[in-house]
Amino acid sequence: MSAVLQTERLRKSFGALTVAENIDFRLEAGARHALIGPNGAGKTTFVNMLTGRLAPTSGRVLFGGDDITHVSEAGRVKRGLGRTFQINTLFREMSVLDNVALGVAERCGVAAKLWRPAGWHSGVRDRAAQLLSSLGMADVADRRVIDLPYGKQRLVEIAIALGLEPTVLLLDEPAAGVPSLESERIVQALEGLPGKIAILIIEHDMELVFRFAERITVLVQGEILCEGTPEEIAADRRVHQVYLGERHV
Amino acid sequence: MKYPVGYNADSRLRWTEALPWIIAITVFFLLPDYLSLGARVLTYILFALSLDLILGYAGIITLGHAAFFGLGAYVTGILAAKLGVTDPLVQMAASAAAAGLLGLATGAVVLRTHGLAQLMLTLAVAAVCLEIANKATPVTGGADGLSGVVIAPIFGQFKFDLYGRTGYLWCLSLVFCMWWLIRRLIYSPFGASLAGIRENSVRMHAVGAPVYRRLLIVYTLSAAIAGIAGALLTQTNQFVGLNVLGFEPSGELLVMLILGGVGRLYGAFVGPLIFLIAQDVLAKQFPEYWYFGIGLLLVIVVLFARGGLLGISDALLATIRSKLKS
Repeated sequence: MSAVLQTERLRKSFGALTVAENIDFRLEAGARHALIGPNGAGKTTFVNMLTGRLAPTSGRVLFGGDDITHVSEAGRVKRGLGRTFQINTLFREMSVLDNVALGVAERCGVAAKLWRPAGWHSGVRDRAAQLLSSLGMADVADRRVIDLPYGKQRLVEIAIALGLEPTVLLLDEPAAGVPSLESERIVQALEGLPGKIAILIIEHDMELVFRFAERITVLVQGEILCEGTPEEIAADRRVHQVYLGERHV
Repeated sequence: MKYPVGYNADSRLRWTEALPWIIAITVFFLLPDYLSLGARVLTYILFALSLDLILGYAGIITLGHAAFFGLGAYVTGILAAKLGVTDPLVQMAASAAAAGLLGLATGAVVLRTHGLAQLMLTLAVAAVCLEIANKATPVTGGADGLSGVVIAPIFGQFKFDLYGRTGYLWCLSLVFCMWWLIRRLIYSPFGASLAGIRENSVRMHAVGAPVYRRLLIVYTLSAAIAGIAGALLTQTNQFVGLNVLGFEPSGELLVMLILGGVGRLYGAFVGPLIFLIAQDVLAKQFPEYWYFGIGLLLVIVVLFARGGLLGISDALLATIRSKLKS
């Protein structure tokens, strides 16, 4: 299979502290891939380098074979790279529908229009409403995000990312901090995502990871420890060492 | 309403939006002795609208907006007094262009910063403009100000008269046109994206919005509108002084907008009206202490009515509605 997103010897350091060390990574088209590792392993830093939020110290990021290392964050989104954040990063005072519509408008090329009122762009509104409906949130479309429970806010994060019609979706701990009942709703939403979207999920919830991912990469102290199918990762002694410590292996 | 923007917002005109214009026309007919003050209020309403566009809708904090207002005022003054360009429309266009260009040039730097650094840079821009106007005496008149400003009749027909009738209607027409333009803009997808940037610029980057470019566009536009307000001040006063530049007018404008309500569009109408009328009345009664009244009002608004005077009226209306329902 062809890699839709790839990194070559990607490295990031802050002074003497190296947080990502020569990461070679491939995300295949349509893949369900998980990135796991203990706290401080550099997972979010890696995602931030993929999205252009952080510039790598060295190495390359390739998207569909093109070098996008120096492409802006917005430019990468235009190419089809969507993301969600580890901590909700939403337009809290705006309605749920507007949260999604702002992304849809950027994708449709409507967002810079100066003349016709936004409400007249029914295509944008309808698409946003459709996305919310597909995630079971049609009933809260008009509510302010700040008034929603945390789990539903996580779903808004996903809806915004989907509104960008990404070919690659990076999900940074989509179920973090969510009660188990709402977490199940998020898992169902993830399982229902179109197969053509390649998904890289960062998650600490191993049940979710092993249920969702077809391939897993383990990152430890900024380096890739191993990669394989869920069965291979589950059987790997080094992964047990990292998560449970030497004594428990 | 504080957030009348977005893809679900009803952009149709509400009857309450006709009130400022009905009041303005009523003032013209019923209070002919106050038309000069009225023209000044209208000029500052336009100036406040330009600030609300960037502060209230795009979240750009500035203490140097008077740089654009002052530049607009001086461009019109210099054209009229030094270069013999007396057509008010040409003066207006030149002021808007000059202020817009200054907005573009300074915005390119200012908008790369955030928070305190941004605030200080805007203040520095205004301070530099003030010092240039102060030192360039042959052109600007320096501390004495620029007099001998000649304004030709508007469209060759309507002469600026002693009673301020033409000036008042000229200001009213321009405020109306600019209000309509700004209203269209804030209800547009561009306006919605500005609100998104104000709410969360990190998220706007992540949805692919060119945040810096959008902010630069609105900053330039706002500067041009402030320049038009400055031109209006010169045309109605036929004089320009250093008091149009620097920190003081920038700060006063911010106070006016906070009094009226930031990010509410009509806060820019209420704030200057209250401030300038209070200034006019209190300054006659207590020439040395009139700022005390404004200061007290500002403290009350900041402590108890974060949404400004319009916020209070919104809260009152909401209470009345809920009482009527129950």
